[in-house]
Amino acid sequence: MAEEFFIQGNEACAKGAIAAGCRFFAGYPITPSTEIAETLARELPKVGGSFVQMEDEIASAGAIIGGSWGGAKSMTATSGPGISLMQENIGYAFMTETPIVFVNVQRGSPSTAQPTMAAQGDMMQARWGSHGDYEPIALSPSSVQEFFDFTIKAFNLAEEYRVPVFVMADEVIGHMREKIVVEDNIEIVPRKRPEKVDGHIPFENIENGTTPMPAFGDGFNIHVTGLTHDERGYPDTNNPETHDTLIQRICDKILNNKDKICSIKSENCEDADIVIVSYGAPVRSVVEAVRRCDRKVGYIKIDTPWPFPDEQIAELTANAKDVLVVEMNLGQMYYEVDRACKKNSNVHLLGVIGGLLPTPDEILEKIDEIGGN
Amino acid sequence: MRTEIRICGFGGQGIILAGIILGKSASLFDEKEAVQTQSYGPEARGGASKCEVVISDGKVDYPKVQSPDILVAMSNEALMKYIVDLKDEGTLIVDPGTTDVEDVKDFIEEHNIKVYEAPATKTAIDEIGLKIVANIVMVGAITKITKVISKEAAIKAIEASVPKGTEEKNIKAFEAGYALAE
Repeated sequence: MAEEFFIQGNEACAKGAIAAGCRFFAGYPITPSTEIAETLARELPKVGGSFVQMEDEIASAGAIIGGSWGGAKSMTATSGPGISLMQENIGYAFMTETPIVFVNVQRGSPSTAQPTMAAQGDMMQARWGSHGDYEPIALSPSSVQEFFDFTIKAFNLAEEYRVPVFVMADEVIGHMREKIVVEDNIEIVPRKRPEKVDGHIPFENIENGTTPMPAFGDGFNIHVTGLTHDERGYPDTNNPETHDTLIQRICDKILNNKDKICSIKSENCEDADIVIVSYGAPVRSVVEAVRRCDRKVGYIKIDTPWPFPDEQIAELTANAKDVLVVEMNLGQMYYEVDRACKKNSNVHLLGVIGGLLPTPDEILEKIDEIGGN
Repeated sequence: MRTEIRICGFGGQGIILAGIILGKSASLFDEKEAVQTQSYGPEARGGASKCEVVISDGKVDYPKVQSPDILVAMSNEALMKYIVDLKDEGTLIVDPGTTDVEDVKDFIEEHNIKVYEAPATKTAIDEIGLKIVANIVMVGAITKITKVISKEAAIKAIEASVPKGTEEKNIKAFEAGYALAE
């Protein structure tokens, strides 16, 4: 039977992680993500999992990479200052195709800025934070229910594509309480393990550009390295072709499956003069503003900022004279939306920083300022 | 209908728990929708504590309180700070032991505020013997005065929210608060 809870977003995230099969958490507590660590410290041991509080975030990211290669679905949760420290290991996780989940409950930034206030300032960092070419997946919840659902989805996508996945929440969603419904039949993607055969190739390009992942101790004698490696896992750093083949595959396994990964929701976009684009907590303000607005205004809610849903955005804004991006930063996804619209619409920004959720009134004022009919 | 409630006081008074109980009552036991939010600074105790609950028959989109229909003040500092947001003809519930409505008399008159005094702290000490349950006494008074949640839902939510073994004392505190407003 489905169960109902009235809980915080961060607690829902921890609940989602356990439901998804997470059995290892390593992290360093930081506001406003701390309740995720607290809840998992309490709950993981009850399901045979492990919780480790590490000495810092660099070690935390390293530990979950190790946890995943040890065979356990693994995650960490942090906020901006922590995710900045994790960037080195995030790159290593992409290069070694390690399925792990990073939850970033975003707060005022840069640096340590505003621990208890909300922001969405880390969106481009999720895309480009570590050095080099890679294609991340990121999910942005806009309700407590979605923080639960998207955490499960993050684990599933991580396993499906053997890739680190970011859950890009914010202080509003992390700390607010709402009802969630936990259904009985939650779809879980289990880890695919390779069969033990002679001449096993650990980084072969099969299924979706990935190959089943062995765990340490399974006896595969696999070499895991951040250096450019061939499909056997051996370093081959001076051969342009080896590097090109590896990185193209790591990127293409996401890009070639964008239609399956990208998710948006929209309302009234087809005949709207103005289409509002948002993700995460500001969606709540946008929906209310659209409901109160007497003009032809539609909205797009982006569930997956990365990979960016260019095609859906282009299609849904095709008839809109103006497009308004509402986000809690001074313009990050705004540039992606502008690029996707290909100059068909005038793209405007309502970028709100300081820590408070944009209000429906602020959005309605911006709509008036944009004009239209 | 959307009802916006703000409960405020000192850190440590159980302001947040009072709000959680209202939200839980409405969303799990009264078949309504509710969102609870709070604001706090990096300090752990003392200072102002503020908890907000939006209760609605339909979906709650914007989750924050903009101008409350109901303001519950358990400290004078919080009363003075937040009274200005209260809607015209809104409801103000104060603990006379920790606040002084004389300080906001002008606002109350100008905006036709309905004022209720619920001596939650005194009742908690005198009737339960525990100052710490003043927040639950206040939940009882809020329930009776505003009818924003049902008594049955409130009792179920309290049972589900307070530490194990303290249910009986907390229900007693709730009943005492409910009786205050009769």
